[in-house]
Amino acid sequence: MMELRYLAPDTLDEAVGAFAKAGSAARILAGGTDLLVQMRSGMLKPGVIVDIKKIPEMTGIEQAADGGFRIGAAVSGMALAEHKSFGKVWPGVLEAINLIGSKQVQGRASAGGNLCNGSPAGDSVPAMVAAGAIVTVQGPGGRREMRVEDVPAGPGRTNFKPGEILVSFTLPPRPPGSSDAYLRMIPRTEMDIAVVGIGVSVTIKDGTVTAARVGLGAVAPTVLLVEDAAKALIGSKLDDAALAKAAAACSAACRPIDDKRGTIAYRTKVAGVLLKRTAAIAAQRAQGK
Amino acid sequence: MNLVTNNKWIGQRTIRPDGMDKVTGRAQFAADTTMPGMIWGKVLRSPHPHARIRSIDTSKAEKLPGVKAVVTSKDIVDFPIDKGAVMLGIQDMRWMCRNVMARDKALFPGHPIAAVAATTEAIAAEACKLIEVDYEVLPWSIEIDDAILPDAPILHEFNKFDGKPSNIAGRLEHKKGDIADGFKKADVIIERTFTTRPVHQGYIEPHACLISVAPDGKTTIWSSSQGQFMVRAMTAYLTGIPQSDIRAIPAEIGGGFGGKTIVYLEPLATLLAKKSGRPVKMVMTREEVMRATGPTSGSKSTVKIGATRDGKIVAAHGTFYLQAGAFPGSPIRGAAGCSFTPYDIPNLLSEGYDVCSNRSKVAAYRAPGAPIGAYAVECVMDEVAEALKMDPLDFRLKNAAKEGTKAAHGPVFPRIGYIETVEAAKNSDHYKAPLGKLQGRGVASGFWFNAGGESSAQVNITEDGNVVVTTGHPDIGGSRAGIANICAELLGIDYRRVSVIIGDTQTIGFSNLTGGSRVLFASSIVVTQSTEKIIQTLRERAAKIWEIDPEAVKWENGAAHPVSPNAGQFEPLTLEELAEKAPAMGGPIGAGVQLNTTGADGGFGTHVCDVEVDVDLGIARVIRYTAVQDVGRAIHPGYVEGQLQGGVAQGIGWALNEEYIYTKEGKVDNPGFLDYRMPVCSDLPMLDCIMVEVPNPKHPQGVKGVGEVPLVPVMAAVANAIYNALGKRFYALPMSPPKVLEVLEAPTQQAAE
Repeated sequence: MMELRYLAPDTLDEAVGAFAKAGSAARILAGGTDLLVQMRSGMLKPGVIVDIKKIPEMTGIEQAADGGFRIGAAVSGMALAEHKSFGKVWPGVLEAINLIGSKQVQGRASAGGNLCNGSPAGDSVPAMVAAGAIVTVQGPGGRREMRVEDVPAGPGRTNFKPGEILVSFTLPPRPPGSSDAYLRMIPRTEMDIAVVGIGVSVTIKDGTVTAARVGLGAVAPTVLLVEDAAKALIGSKLDDAALAKAAAACSAACRPIDDKRGTIAYRTKVAGVLLKRTAAIAAQRAQGK
Repeated sequence: MNLVTNNKWIGQRTIRPDGMDKVTGRAQFAADTTMPGMIWGKVLRSPHPHARIRSIDTSKAEKLPGVKAVVTSKDIVDFPIDKGAVMLGIQDMRWMCRNVMARDKALFPGHPIAAVAATTEAIAAEACKLIEVDYEVLPWSIEIDDAILPDAPILHEFNKFDGKPSNIAGRLEHKKGDIADGFKKADVIIERTFTTRPVHQGYIEPHACLISVAPDGKTTIWSSSQGQFMVRAMTAYLTGIPQSDIRAIPAEIGGGFGGKTIVYLEPLATLLAKKSGRPVKMVMTREEVMRATGPTSGSKSTVKIGATRDGKIVAAHGTFYLQAGAFPGSPIRGAAGCSFTPYDIPNLLSEGYDVCSNRSKVAAYRAPGAPIGAYAVECVMDEVAEALKMDPLDFRLKNAAKEGTKAAHGPVFPRIGYIETVEAAKNSDHYKAPLGKLQGRGVASGFWFNAGGESSAQVNITEDGNVVVTTGHPDIGGSRAGIANICAELLGIDYRRVSVIIGDTQTIGFSNLTGGSRVLFASSIVVTQSTEKIIQTLRERAAKIWEIDPEAVKWENGAAHPVSPNAGQFEPLTLEELAEKAPAMGGPIGAGVQLNTTGADGGFGTHVCDVEVDVDLGIARVIRYTAVQDVGRAIHPGYVEGQLQGGVAQGIGWALNEEYIYTKEGKVDNPGFLDYRMPVCSDLPMLDCIMVEVPNPKHPQGVKGVGEVPLVPVMAAVANAIYNALGKRFYALPMSPPKVLEVLEAPTQQAAE
């Protein structure tokens, strides 16, 4: 029987040291809602677990003077939901994170874990991509920043270097008339995994979209930033033609698989349907409706 | 309706006796029991859908430190095929002995090959990997269409159909009149073919047991099942230990729905415990439950119904192919026998085919077979009504079975309540409510046989004048609460003074398993008779004290009274007083009755379902649902409604999302609740119930079984509602989003003619 060591350092330096030292046998534990399930099912047998929840930088939510947010990688969905202003500025990111698992799971599950799990169907990731979030990672070689869409490398894999740990997400300040939304298609109403998930962030001035980002999940090996969809929205008044063009861009970006959760044809069509619905919600919010 | 309305407890929503334990976590389910010295059992399962087992070498596993025992099929009592059926209830032990442990062939992925007991679960799992099995991998088939092909791989070479080896293990038919003649008289004939996927019962509690075998062979089984006597008998058959040496103690059960009417783990754990000399605990993972237990059949049905222009059905023909899984025994009786039963059809042929294929052996699931058959029949009924331009409920009323109708499966109906259910549905607010855009309404009816059978009860008066009732069936649907209401009613005391417990096999007389919607029907008969005996004793005791004739004593409001002033002037003697005086007046007060009960009447239901369809995503959601059922007499209405709602919830899952999905290698691809999508609370609206009470005249309280009927009509009601919303018919379950969208996106066909 293989032994399992559990470490819970108080500082990031200690965590990085222990994680890097243990190499591929090590896993980071935030909420554990993926890790513990994978261990119980026998998929994963780590030799070392590094729990990052005792590190203050990992569990804090900070709003900067310019209105931008920095969210620790281990912040739970429930902690974000209870934050007094985060949900007002980033309702789409919050609703995406709060869709992960059940109420009970929300007490533990983090956006950081959701990203590092590498699933193309992770709910928070398309919303973070749409938000233009930047992640800070720290490893034996020091700190660096990455665009969130550059983190996933494929199902279950990330582009982190050996020994690197995700530290936090930074979300930019919001110009007036900005908001976002996230929708996912699941056959049930909750407790399910996205068949398609889409995050849309927009800025609207005098009825015209001045900025937009679209993140699309569960339709390719990684979550996608769909720039063609954003281009179709920018400069438009979200008229039917613009929405149809953006929806077509989302469908065109899909590189899905047929599996037990959905077919290629279904996912491709639904990506477009959800773009229209998500953009409409984000626009309503941005215009204070 | 001859309803008794002056009951104090019968018909009351009394507090359920198991409620406190369950909400506080105190209830003992099968996996909650431990013993000193206990070790863990694990099962090695076949990775192949079909393979001949050339050899099994367990020597490396046996040498692993911590391993205490290993068993294979050699340790299980064999019931040779050629010696003929050995039946226990509806189960043939020839199949059971091969289902709990593969003998010469592995017949599905998950089929047990060997079992190991070790000091920890991890060591037992490790030891399973050290068992070397030499398989000759064979071609396989899972789907009915594949399994009935002339050149299909044959699971059981000895099985012949039409003189040739076949996977068709049996056929039954119910016949009435002459369908060829009947269809000649029809103005409208509709024939359609339907398919359904295998679905699991979906009980939350996995199979689990703890078993101790003492050196003298005395065996104690703690397990979760729908019948401790079934567990005892099957374990005795499969291990050779006499029933008198096996004490099977029923745990509180975390759901069964039919799936716990056979054993999987108990014989293996018993043999491991016997070999190792240590108590052995086994708990299935969810994945094992999904791969190797239940589910019910997938099916292919063709139904043809002919009616005259004025709406009278003149002939019907149903052909129902059901997957049996690895061994014969699919519920064709329910499919062929129940589907047309709500209707008085002069010419009828209903045929069932039992088809073996390389997936787990089916287990009973709530009205086994009946929902599958009703789905096909009730969808065609909807199309015929539409073709006749009749309201679907009026069409059903016009053809409804009633007192005197001869059902194709045999009985001539006594007074039944089917028409009342259709009328109540028609008169409901729901049926009259307007529908919005992309919303639709569907109706469907259903029938289930219900059952009686063997039950035993012992009713004892405690020294302080309260009551303990012991019965012999696990309580799945509220039988303890129902029995407390009945016993309190008869004795004229508060229901809280009646404790109802489930006895183990060595402390209460034989009681058949909990299934067939039989338990409250049967156990309330033996409890009533036992209680009546006690009342007789109490009257005799009072008569003795008062020195009058027992006939001059009546029992009322929990006390003995003189029948009239002429009998004498005495203060009433309460149950407490008579209990206190019992030692001096002839001893303890108690009575038991054991019976093979008869007189169970079938049950009918009619459902109304509203759906709303998101046509861009293909999602159909049930937005309103009303289940109407003839419940005989609702002894505990809260529990009866719970049964109706539970059945409907399961049917909505079956209709919309639940299905076994297989990989190209023939393995279940969704063996967990994430991808096997049962409905969650937020998927369902409040499920409304209308209880129609047409009491069963052959039962002391008018009870009819209620637990199974509510699943029967659901899938057809949902399918008919989706048609009403979209104008497109679906002939396959589940009607999941990708499949609905596919139909919606398909180019519209040119109308025929």
